[in-house]
Amino acid sequence: MTDTLSEYFTVGDPIADTKAPDVPIEQMWTKHQFDSALVNPNNRRKLDVIIVGTGLAGASAAATMGEAGYNVKSFFYQDSARRAHSIAAQGGINAAKNYNDDGDSTYRLFYDTVKGGDYRSRETNVYRLAEVSANIIDQAVAQGVPFAREYGGLLDNRSFGGVQVARTFYAAGQTGQQLLIGAYQAMERQVAKGTVTEYSRHEMLEVIIVDDVARGIIARDMVTGEIETHLADVVVLASGGYGNVFFLSTNAMGCNVTAAWRAHRKGAHFANPCYTQIHPTCIPVSGDHQSKLTLMSESLRNDGRIWVPKNAEDCEKDPRDIPEEDRDYYLERIYPAFGNLVPRDIASRQAKNMCDEGRGVGPKVGDFRRGVYLDFASAIERLGRPAIEAKYGNLFDMYSRITGEDPYQVPMRIYPAVHYTMGGLWVDYDLQTSVKGLYAIGEANFSDHGANRLGASSLMQCLADGYFVLPNTVRDYLAKPQARITEDHPAVVAAKNSVTERIDALLSINGERTVDSFHRELGNIMWEYCGMERTDEGLRKAIDLIRSLKDEFWRNVRVLGAADTLNQSLEKAGRVADFFELGELMCIDALHRRESCGGHFRAESVTEDGEALRHDDEFAYVAAWGFGGEDGAPVLHKEDLNYKFIELKQRSYK
Amino acid sequence: MELTLKIWRQAGPTAKGEFATYEVKDISPDMSFLEMLDVLNERLITEGTEPIAFDSDCREGICGMCGLMISGEAHGPERTTTCQLHMRSFSSGETVTIEPWRANAFPVIRDLVVDRTSFDRIIQAGGYVSVNTGAAPEAHSVPVPKEDADRAFDSAKCIGCGACVAACPNASAMLFLGAKVTHLGELPQGQPERDSRVVKMLDEHDLQGFGGCTNIGECSNACPKEIPLDVISTLNADLRKAASRSR
Ligand SMILES: Cc1cc2nc3c(=O)[nH]c(=O)nc-3n(C[C@H](O)[C@H](O)[C@H](O)COP(=O)(O)OP(=O)(O)OC[C@H]3O[C@@H](n4cnc5c(N)ncnc54)[C@H](O)[C@@H]3O)c2cc1C
Ligand code: SF4
Ligand code: FES
Repeated sequence: MTDTLSEYFTVGDPIADTKAPDVPIEQMWTKHQFDSALVNPNNRRKLDVIIVGTGLAGASAAATMGEAGYNVKSFFYQDSARRAHSIAAQGGINAAKNYNDDGDSTYRLFYDTVKGGDYRSRETNVYRLAEVSANIIDQAVAQGVPFAREYGGLLDNRSFGGVQVARTFYAAGQTGQQLLIGAYQAMERQVAKGTVTEYSRHEMLEVIIVDDVARGIIARDMVTGEIETHLADVVVLASGGYGNVFFLSTNAMGCNVTAAWRAHRKGAHFANPCYTQIHPTCIPVSGDHQSKLTLMSESLRNDGRIWVPKNAEDCEKDPRDIPEEDRDYYLERIYPAFGNLVPRDIASRQAKNMCDEGRGVGPKVGDFRRGVYLDFASAIERLGRPAIEAKYGNLFDMYSRITGEDPYQVPMRIYPAVHYTMGGLWVDYDLQTSVKGLYAIGEANFSDHGANRLGASSLMQCLADGYFVLPNTVRDYLAKPQARITEDHPAVVAAKNSVTERIDALLSINGERTVDSFHRELGNIMWEYCGMERTDEGLRKAIDLIRSLKDEFWRNVRVLGAADTLNQSLEKAGRVADFFELGELMCIDALHRRESCGGHFRAESVTEDGEALRHDDEFAYVAAWGFGGEDGAPVLHKEDLNYKFIELKQRSYK
Repeated sequence: MELTLKIWRQAGPTAKGEFATYEVKDISPDMSFLEMLDVLNERLITEGTEPIAFDSDCREGICGMCGLMISGEAHGPERTTTCQLHMRSFSSGETVTIEPWRANAFPVIRDLVVDRTSFDRIIQAGGYVSVNTGAAPEAHSVPVPKEDADRAFDSAKCIGCGACVAACPNASAMLFLGAKVTHLGELPQGQPERDSRVVKMLDEHDLQGFGGCTNIGECSNACPKEIPLDVISTLNADLRKAASRSR
């Protein structure tokens, strides 16, 4: 830490132990499970488990814990558990099955994931992920997930960016939906058996912590407005990622950080918040009204050629009127070896560079054209239109539905968009946060993807956590139950009161501006200064802007209606209030990390030819931030990343 | 473009509802239908009127959360979800009526938001394969012919939006139920519970207050995922087999 940063944060104790046993990596998980205490089946139904979220992580955990006989309470903000955002995942799920005999193995999946994460993930957790990955496919198939099959009746595989083996299992472009329906059905089966109770349209707004141990949550019934107390022996957060801090993203409208952020404020460390994955092939922004951005599968880059006009004057022209010699196929030019197939972070950054230079295409949004062409003309000429239709027909239809343009005739326009967040609650090898009894799984935790996530590996992590890891690690904790507490315990009452007070505060401001207008403005700041490229100067500016916007929010937001009914503005207001605080921490995290890695590109840290430059000597650690109090600065706890099994290397794609 | 919107407003489950009329201007044809409602809501808030409550989440046509009756058609004039319907499907000057799904089994919560948890209860009655975690055999131990897997997938595309129920004059959920029965019935994994599944799910369907199917076919026409009507034939065939076997 340099002195000039000391106004933004303080440094706390380093994190020494993550609880992974000290044995060779192949034996770690087996040994750890054996060493964990067991809970007698008769005692399980007396133990209450709260799980917030029913995405792949939460639903798989609820189903598994329910099957084991625990008394599970499952909370989610949608009307049905099946609608969690995992439903939207398109491409596929990785697993080291080596069904194609192409050299895949647990170790290779482990290696690819660590490298893909730009050497900022934790080896022990990633190895375990690779180890259990094969079981996930078995489990899903047994549940009736209709994966794509070969004519012989066996499972088909694809290959995905950043790897050289075909280990991605898929169900057309709806892998997330099919896997989630499998987990959801397994969970509904437990609901029928009475081991899982669902709380639909319930939003968790606070964690209850008694004597430094998580003992339950405060939730709002979004229909009646009732503020409910739910006590439990263990609390698991499976509440997904926080990409919506950017307002425009590929996430669902309701995705939010509230559950994780409330936990952070109560003592759970938040790790690497600034690592955001930007996806290069999204449909560009078309106007100010836009509520979200839509992802187009990365597979399009296999046949589409990406270009912008060489001359800024041509940007308004019909692309078909721009002759070949006036087009700049910039990825093919800069990265001749990988061309249009460079990894996500590189493709995204270069698209931004082109638009920043004034060579973007499509409608002006603000003063800028934010789009580049993804052109299939030469592929159609080479392979014929029917072949392209067979391969990408549904994506082309989706594109034309949204944009009103026919991509068979005019090139598609694409632009990068926020897609996934690699940061999240800090967890140890057991997936326990820095608060005892509070666990975090799926996208809500930080451990497996480092600074950049490879395609098809989030679904794998969510299901690994929910089906196989958490149910085994939580046992040890539950084997020694805490003394019972009651709802009139002062800490419980205080948690409940703080929720009610916050809601009353939001409803009584009655200012001039809508919640969405604040969210949009915050999103612009985040995108501009903490998006694809970050600078010291920009980040400092962003922190000031966020602080004053947050101030204005609490003085000038207008939330109409009452607390005791369905009130969507009130729901949004609470989430945006938390996004302000998270946004500030993201900028501080990005500011202190003076290196470029994965999804975090610092303009000051580049190689001679303009590529991302990591500084392993200084930054090979996880930045786990402690809450510094209402007006205090966050506290940085460093967890050193020890690469014992994989050697650190710079990535190169030239 | 400009539109006249007649929107159902209902303050709560037991409150009396009525249509309110709103004029909207400056609608871009690129907006989705829900973005058009977002714009209206921003205006209402600024004017001091409570915004219109409606459901949505993914806004990509996959979560099944959105769903409105638009001028008498489930999800509106195109065969897609409400979030993927764009304003270019309308013409300036039109009057558009917007209502919630209407069915006894989907009570209104507020404005355009309805309660569809009855669908979850149908699934709870048997819409699953009973296999505990960790008890699964090796995935390749049971090959599945590609045609069967593809047909299972086609039925598994159902997003549980409820448009089929809203479109059906009897408010029947047979298309939804048929899709699940066909999805699991096409796969070897779904066979052991095939008979009991269809019987239990159908009982639950009736218990939840959905109507009977009289083969009108509106459900399939309205389905954004193009679930074909023949899943209902599969359901009926399964039901007959189950009945004959239990005798
Ligand atoms: C468009 C898109 C495509 C993708 N494609 C792929 C892919 O092909 N392969 C891949 O591996 N990954 C993909 N991903 C990433 C992957 O889908 C997600 O990272 C993953 O599904 C997250 O799952 P989860 O269980 O952690 O959370 P989610 O599925 O987001 O679930 C969050 C849950 O938490 C609940 N919740 C949140 N906050 C609260 C609260 N305060 N109170 C109560 N409940 C709450 C929600 O109701 C929900 O049930 C994609 C992501 C997107 C956006
Ligand atoms: S069958 Fe079609 S209309 Fe009915 S719930 Fe499923 S997707 Fe919606
Ligand atoms: S909002 Fe998800 S399908 Fe429409």
